[in-house]
Parts: sequence; C-alpha cells; structure tokens
Amino acid sequence: MKRVRYIEAWTAALRDELREDPDTFLLGEDIRDSLRRGTVGLHQEFGDARIIDAPLSEQAFTGFATGAAIAGKRPIIEYEIPTLIYVAFDQLVNQAAKFRLMTGGQAAVPVTYLVPGSGSRRGLAGQHSDHPYALLAQAGVKTAVPSTPSDAYGLIRTAIRDNDPVVVFGPATSMGVREELDLSELPLIPLGEARTHREGSDVTVVAVGHLVQIAGKVADALAPEISIEVIDPRTVYPFDWEALRRSLDKTGRLVVFDDTNRTCGLAGEIIATAVEGMRLSARPVRVTRADIAVPFSPVIESRVLPQAADLRAAIMKVMQKEQQW
Amino acid sequence: MNQHLPGAESAPMIEDLYRSMKRIRLIEETLIGLVAADEVPGSAHFSIGQEAVAVGVCSVLRDSDVITSTHRGHGHVIAKGASAAGVIAELMGKETGPNKGRGGSMHVADLSKGIYGANGMVGGGVPFAVGAAWAAKQDGTEAVAVAFFGDGALQEGILLESMNMASLWGIPVVFVCENNGYAVTLRVEDGVAGSPVARAASFDMPASKHDGMNVVEVREAAERAVAHARAGNGPSYLEFETYRYEGHQSGEESLRLDYRQDAEVQEWRKRDPLLHATSLLAPDIVERIDAEIEEEIAIAVDFARNSPEPSADTATEYMYEGLEPRKVFES
Repeated sequence: MKRVRYIEAWTAALRDELREDPDTFLLGEDIRDSLRRGTVGLHQEFGDARIIDAPLSEQAFTGFATGAAIAGKRPIIEYEIPTLIYVAFDQLVNQAAKFRLMTGGQAAVPVTYLVPGSGSRRGLAGQHSDHPYALLAQAGVKTAVPSTPSDAYGLIRTAIRDNDPVVVFGPATSMGVREELDLSELPLIPLGEARTHREGSDVTVVAVGHLVQIAGKVADALAPEISIEVIDPRTVYPFDWEALRRSLDKTGRLVVFDDTNRTCGLAGEIIATAVEGMRLSARPVRVTRADIAVPFSPVIESRVLPQAADLRAAIMKVMQKEQQW
Repeated sequence: MNQHLPGAESAPMIEDLYRSMKRIRLIEETLIGLVAADEVPGSAHFSIGQEAVAVGVCSVLRDSDVITSTHRGHGHVIAKGASAAGVIAELMGKETGPNKGRGGSMHVADLSKGIYGANGMVGGGVPFAVGAAWAAKQDGTEAVAVAFFGDGALQEGILLESMNMASLWGIPVVFVCENNGYAVTLRVEDGVAGSPVARAASFDMPASKHDGMNVVEVREAAERAVAHARAGNGPSYLEFETYRYEGHQSGEESLRLDYRQDAEVQEWRKRDPLLHATSLLAPDIVERIDAEIEEEIAIAVDFARNSPEPSADTATEYMYEGLEPRKVFES
C-alpha cells in the first residue's frame, strides 16, 4: 500500500493494459514527453510503435483510430485539452459511436478517448475550461468521469477492454487526489455502476467527478444536522439509475452537483428521470455551471462554476418545508 | 472482381471490367425506379457515369484490402465484391442487407469484403482507410487501403490531415479522388483552389491525374499505386476526371436546379465508360454479359423484395455491446 495520486493510477492503468494486450496503442499530442503527465514512462517502455505522437490533426487521428479499431486494434487516444473533442466531434459521435449500429453489428469500434485534465484548471479562460461529458452522454457515447485514483484505474482498464467507444474524463482538479492503494491489486470497475461515496439518510447528493470530494466535505460539515448520502455515478453514460433509486427510496430528497452548463446539462437529465419514476418527497434542486463561457479572471471564474457554498445552500433548500411536495 | 488479373488489356480482363461496370450501372438504374416508388426509403446518390473509377481501382484489390467510400458509394461497394442482392436489400431497409437494414444507401458496408462503408459525411471515411492500412502495416500483412472521395472532400480539412499523416508514417493507402466536377451544385473551380495533384505531391507522395471514363487507364494507374503501397513505399494520390449523369441525389430533377446544362451532360455521355469498354469487346460478348447481368439483377431485386423487414422489436439493437439503450417512452 502506498499513497497513490490520481494521475499515477491513470498511468498505471494504461501501462497494465498496454502490457497485457499487444493490440493496444496510444495516440495523441505530446504523449511521448507526457505534457499532461498521464503517460509518463510509457514511451520508454513501449516505444515508438505503440506510443505515437500525433500531428495536430484531431479529426484525422480520431478517424484513424476508428479505422485501426475496425481492423482489429484497440486504440487509446489522448486529447490534450477537453475542447479538442469539439474539433473531432464528427469523427467521435457521428462516425465511431454510430458505426456498430450503422453496419448492423458487423464491426466493433473499441476506441478509448482519454481527457486527462478536463474542466476548469483555474485561469485558463474560455476555450480550455469546458467539461463536455454531458454532450457525449447526450450523443449516446459511453462516458466515465472517475473521481478517485482507484476508479480512474478500474474504469480506464474497463474502457480499453470495452468493444465500444468510451470517453474517460479525468477532471483537472482531481489530478492531485490521493488514496492508499496497492496498484497491483486494483479491480476493474464496470461501466454503469455508481459508488456510494458517503452514506446518509436525509438527502441524496449526486456529484460528478471532482465535485464528489467537495460534496463529501460539505456533507461532513453539515453532518450534525443533516445526514447526506453522496452518490458518485462514476460513469455518466450509462448512468446507474438503480443506485439513484435505492438512495432516493431512503432519502426522498435530491440535489445534483454537476459541472456542466445548466441548460440541457446532466443535472437536468438526472432530475427529470428521478421525477418521472422515483420516490421524491421534495422538489429536487441542482447546482451547475452557469450558462456561460468561463471568464478568465479567477474571481469571476469561480462564480460561474459550482462551488461548495452553492451546494450547501441547495441542501438547506431541499430540506425546507416549502420545498416539500 | 477481386483477384488481380494478369495481362494489361487482355480480353478476359476487359470482359470482367465491363461486367462489373454493367452490374453497377444496372443496379443503379433499377434503384432510380425503386427510390421513385418508395421501395427504397429516403433518397440515394447515384454514380451512373462514374463506374470506371470504382471498377478499375477495385479490380486490383484483394478481399483483404480495405476501401472506404462516400455518400455516392454503391459502385465502390459492388466493385469491391458486395453482392447485388445484399446491397439492394440494404437499400430497401431489409434484414437481409449486409447492414441488416440499419445503414441504407449512405452507410452500406460489408466488412467481410474489406468494405468499411459508404459514408454520409464528406471526407468522413478517409481517415479510416489510413488507420486500417497502418494496422495492416503494423501486423506485417501486405494489405493496403483505398480511400475513395470526391472533389468535395478536397475542400475538407480532414482529407489534408489524413494525407499528411499517411505520408509522415509511410502508410500503404491510396487516396482516390473522383473529380466529377461538382460538390453537390458547387463547381470544382469555385470550391478548390490550385491544383489538387500539386497539393498531394507537396505531401511527398506520387500524385497523378487520369481519365476516369477509361476503365483500362484507371486500372493501370491503380495498379501502380497499389503496387507502390504493397511494396512498402507509402501512400499515393490518384485523381480521376469523371462525371455523374444523374443529379446529386434522387429526385433532384424536380427541383429544376440550374447549376449545369443539359448540353454538358450530353457531351460527357459521349465518353460513357460503358460505351468505351464496349468498343473494346466483340458485340456478342457484350450481349452475353448484358443478358447475364440483367438476369442477376432481376434475381437480386426479387430477393430483396421478398426479404423480411427488420422486426420492430429489434429497433434498438446494435448500438452497443452489453448495453440496452433507453427507450422513447419508459413506462
């Protein structure tokens, strides 16, 4: 057992899969030198043929991976910043993700797309701070947002072994999260299986990615008065609706803490599904990003991103009598 | 038309080239009626006039080689070996199509023949060919890939990105441009600056332009490019001047568009690739092949018509492995 940082577990998952399956290879920008620190040491071990620095051609290298995958390889792509997904969007959601269906199941497209450092990094302004996991969920792409080192490890290995395209976001502010782990004995984690980060009985907080730890701290602080259950979905598509149902059967109150825009974000989907068919004794509440491009200056940046104080206020609100149905 | 036939311009070879072109021509002429009658749902893009490119190029490919195609893909798919009956069934949305009725005209694919599909996005399939050819190279096989695209794709960044990667990494892929003069209604002169051949050459790959109405010339150019790739010498670019006799898509005539004149179409009809091939063959041979193909296509249409529709219960199948998609309405 040792204290393992999120990014170390991330890299360990890649190393273990690269060792185990010779058909896997990594393709991305600046991955040999590992600018994002998610591929440190891999080029030394696996060489030029399997750790490939791509030219700055996100559309083409995303489509290249699709072709290689249809031909039997298991490509792993790293997008250096989350918004490169926008550049490659057609190749990801309109080509790779639809290929199995469009060909009537003739071919699988087992590509993994990694985004080490998604969401706000503080001070990176409008074009480097997005967290587009809800867009991918909306497009029906299997998508994971692990919040802990062990989840990052287990979900990345699962993503690589999955026969469909899977996107894995590693939130920028999760990169420093540490856990006591034995990296040689970590299990794979299935897609679509939530983790109860913290048990409670009054309110269910669904928190995504780096917001999980923040929700845990808020819950600890409020513990004397309110018993809060924090659910980490871990994968946003497929979503573990049964885990949400079990938690709401207990609490009947729901707050969603989500790092995507308010309009058509993940929080709206979670709340809609809960309202349609789950036990709720009070109107649910969501804390999200504002519907805005992230402004540069840190003072104003933090006002458009979901914060601990917003979550605290949302929990207090959902507990009020007036909120009851 | 998947074996490499020896002997340039030998009569049996030209017979095979003609047979394949005739098959495509007759399938598409039949499809025009089937679309109009709504037996083929939606619309389709016909390649009538462009058969020599599909047939000449695919005649030098093997089953283990890969092609990626375009929205105007019926010809490529048939030339690479997909069955006429299967393709027609696919376009009719039948369960017996190679895509089980999930793809239709714009996505018809047959992975067992190395056909990575027609594609609904201009240039969208080009990088698949590069990735597949790279995989073949990594595995030490002799397989190559051909990316078919039109002059419209010369206007898409993804094509230039793909050519750049292919050249950087010495990938055994042939970029085949079917320049039919129009990207939908946009004339190639109004959409493409400079010389595409010079562009391709600037990526340090052999690049040349040929008569795309002459199937023998197409085949010879493809033979050189494919041999270059198989020998480990990397990518090349071939541009074929060709023409589509039909509109961009089915039913276009009802829109009475003004982008090209009938006189131009008639000029190109004089260069019809089937007429050209016919001129190289004895009339009785042409007659025999035509009769064979007519029978084959009649049987194929019957097969497609009599094939079952997909069951409505299977509407959400094939999207994922191991995951049931959420439904329209969850009670």
